[in-house]
Amino acid sequence: MTMLEKVDVTLDELRHLVSDQALTGDTLLLNMGPQHPSTHGVLRLLLELDGEIIINCIPDVGFLHTGIEKNIEAKTFAQAEVMTDRLDYLNTMGNNLAYCLAVEKLTGLDVPERAQVIRVIFAELQRIASHLIWLATQALDLAAQSVFLFCFREREIILRIMELCSGQRMMTTYFRPGGLWRDVPVEFEEAVRDFIAYFPKRIEQYEGLLTKNPIFLDRVKGIGKMSKEEALAWGASGPTLRGSGVDFDLRKAHPYSGYEQYDFEVPVHEDGDVFARYMCRMQEFRESLKIIEQALDRLPMGPVRSNNRKIVPPPRAELGQSMEAVIHHFKLWTEGYDVPKGSVYQKVESPRGELGLFLESDGGPKPYRAYWRTPSFNHIQLFSWLARGHYVADLVAIIGSVDIVLGDTDR
Amino acid sequence: MDKKLKSIAQKLAKKFDGQLDDSLEQARVIVPSGKIVELCKELRDKHDFESLTGFSVVDYHPQTEPRFHLIYQFRSIAQNIYLEVRMELNGSELLVDSVTGIYPGVNWYEREAWDMFGIQFEGHPDLRRLLMPYDWEGHPLRKDYPLGYEEVQFTFNYDEIAKRKPSPKE
Repeated sequence: MTMLEKVDVTLDELRHLVSDQALTGDTLLLNMGPQHPSTHGVLRLLLELDGEIIINCIPDVGFLHTGIEKNIEAKTFAQAEVMTDRLDYLNTMGNNLAYCLAVEKLTGLDVPERAQVIRVIFAELQRIASHLIWLATQALDLAAQSVFLFCFREREIILRIMELCSGQRMMTTYFRPGGLWRDVPVEFEEAVRDFIAYFPKRIEQYEGLLTKNPIFLDRVKGIGKMSKEEALAWGASGPTLRGSGVDFDLRKAHPYSGYEQYDFEVPVHEDGDVFARYMCRMQEFRESLKIIEQALDRLPMGPVRSNNRKIVPPPRAELGQSMEAVIHHFKLWTEGYDVPKGSVYQKVESPRGELGLFLESDGGPKPYRAYWRTPSFNHIQLFSWLARGHYVADLVAIIGSVDIVLGDTDR
Repeated sequence: MDKKLKSIAQKLAKKFDGQLDDSLEQARVIVPSGKIVELCKELRDKHDFESLTGFSVVDYHPQTEPRFHLIYQFRSIAQNIYLEVRMELNGSELLVDSVTGIYPGVNWYEREAWDMFGIQFEGHPDLRRLLMPYDWEGHPLRKDYPLGYEEVQFTFNYDEIAKRKPSPKE
């Protein structure tokens, strides 16, 4: 087939997804997206409308597909980590964490206690930053513009902390298999403590602006209802699942990085509507702050990288004195390290839900297969029936409440 | 490993003629192709696995028997366990029963597997390409699909480059 004789998309391909009235023209087919401010990225929704009521919603993704899974297969284990940042660009540290945990499991690497605690601090800071974006865009979609601006202001503080430690605001690649890239600077603890002291007042401000605001409540209560059974059958996870009354959080259920040592609650709401998911995330702000505070109090001194020189590069200071270190450095930077044959499914609780990495190695220096089970991919499917019977304006609230990231979906 | 998980995995391996692999603290049951629908029904109805959270494929090209492993990740919140089922698939078959009737959430995962690996699912309600453009040729995540280093095709030289372009072998 040449490029010029491309087939046009006709309704034939989608006929089984729309009702019969769409063919006669009694209902209206409308494209929402891919360029639409309320679809949170390049998501296209094909809507079948009767007046303003949605009869069918057909999500169409793939506009942000960058072939990350295929690219990872062509990179060494060390190089591939950089790609993981680009998956869910609001949860870069969480993606790094899943990747590092998977590689550590395959190679049997140990991680020093200090690195574990710093990982937890960053994972929770990242959760707050991601939830701030969710709150900002959810509020903006429902026409509360000041919340949007406030949230981005607070997120900036977290991004500055990340820049302080890793040199990057967003694409950090700060966690490495075996520990961290470098230790945190001395200013780190004060910066995080300042944020913990500052942020609770801000949460109160958001709650004052939204949680008891009758205009906001009218837009979110009873919209996009999902029962417990539906949520489970469709494989929902994270706040989307907990908003439907299922108490499941991977940090509690399958703890990693020492999460079992922290004392925190998992907010669960029974209603299953937009408001329930909103409340879950709002309470998670405070729970994350609790975890960060406990982690800072216990932050031990010590190394932040494993001593296994076959996988973790030697520190710069050693290179001038030790021939061994030079050899290790050269080997690691030219051909990478071999990972024993085997496969592992590593799951972490990302701000959006269950982020799983299926990593398989054939014994060589490159991953044989990396499959990302991402929460947004799973959750976008829900729109096809969650939106049914609602107004177009309510669909915007539903999209916001499920909190999708298209980089996470299309990979 | 969790005792409950181990006993479920053993029962499953026995019933469906498979093997149990418990390396790296995970339970994996490797089963021959066929019977995936019965397996899912058994897991959902008898062993309380409410969700199929993940599904993907691994390509072992140039090995042909089996060429693919279909990897199902089952989650049971009631018992707090995860179980992995790997189904072998020969390179000549490429037709699998869809499990959308049992776990509706697997809909897009199967579409992705069709898009990326060219595996067809019998009984799937809407098997279209998901991530690649609808007129794309080939299935990119297969191991015999070239990765990059290709000339860019523009309108004026599309046909000329298409003639010498490496393409995946069917």
